Amino acid sequence: MRELDMNDELIIAGKNYQSRLLVGTGKYRDFAETRAAIDASGAQIVTVAIRRTNIGQHANEPSLLDFLPPEEFTYLPNTAGCYSAEEAVRTLRLARELLDGHKLVKLEVLGDPNTLYPNVIETIAAAKTLVQEGFDVMVYTSDDPIIAKQLEEIGCCAVMPLASLIGSGMGILNPWNLQIIIENAKIPVLVDAGVGCASDAAIAMELGCAGVLMNTAIASAKNPVLMASAMKKAIEAGRESFLAGRMPKKLYSASPSSPTTGMISGA
Amino acid sequence: MQITINGHLKSFDYDRMTIAELVAHMNLTGKRIAIECNGEIIARSQYEFTQLSQDDALEIVGAVGGG
Repeated sequence: MRELDMNDELIIAGKNYQSRLLVGTGKYRDFAETRAAIDASGAQIVTVAIRRTNIGQHANEPSLLDFLPPEEFTYLPNTAGCYSAEEAVRTLRLARELLDGHKLVKLEVLGDPNTLYPNVIETIAAAKTLVQEGFDVMVYTSDDPIIAKQLEEIGCCAVMPLASLIGSGMGILNPWNLQIIIENAKIPVLVDAGVGCASDAAIAMELGCAGVLMNTAIASAKNPVLMASAMKKAIEAGRESFLAGRMPKKLYSASPSSPTTGMISGA
Repeated sequence: MQITINGHLKSFDYDRMTIAELVAHMNLTGKRIAIECNGEIIARSQYEFTQLSQDDALEIVGAVGGG
């Protein structure tokens, strides 16, 4: 492979990553399975949620971060479950204190508890505040190209449109919108949410996404560790396929792959 | 004094208590947590200098699995 291809790294907020697969840490059976799946995925960026500490009991119970030490992974604290800009900003300020001044965050502001569809108006308000406060904001949003562009103009470091609804596993429902977002963007575009299986991830990468963020597709597979491995390969295959440049589509071809001369019939 | 911690009202047998003392009392010393007192984040370095008062509302958070 050419040197250029070997150095094909994902750059987010000035930091280079070899893996273009970002993974969540929720919905696993236990921390050991979480760790095994993340190892199989090869992911370097892992999302975490910020929640009230369980007070009183089990003070010595291991925590997620014991299994995913900060020397090995880049944490991406999220605002999952937040329905207003105010809540989301408050959560990420706490995350920054929790993680010793860590700036890279995933902003998501939801609009509806049934679909978990993003509220883009609150998302934009929160993004403005967070960027002003010096956060590096990777922002989850709908697949609306205008909103995606506005989030870029606010100063977000990556825009992350949904493929389909969070946790739905429905795959990429509107590849055309994603393509418009990717073509217009000067910052990395990552698909976040909706990927169900490895081929979905490969399609996202073939569209030109810089990466894919997923959780449920791996954690809710029958064999999460095996699915994590499949996703790693799909992301790599999809990326190489995108870089290689596909052949043009034709209804049929008048140029067969085998020679047209030297046939045994001697014609 | 009475303090609300993560939405629960808690009573303590002390009239004066720092956040560091509260954290120790709750066996959370050295744990990766962040604390908000009456809506304001208290830096970890300030725990031992921050006195709690009657009716303070604390949020104590940590990182958990999520997507």
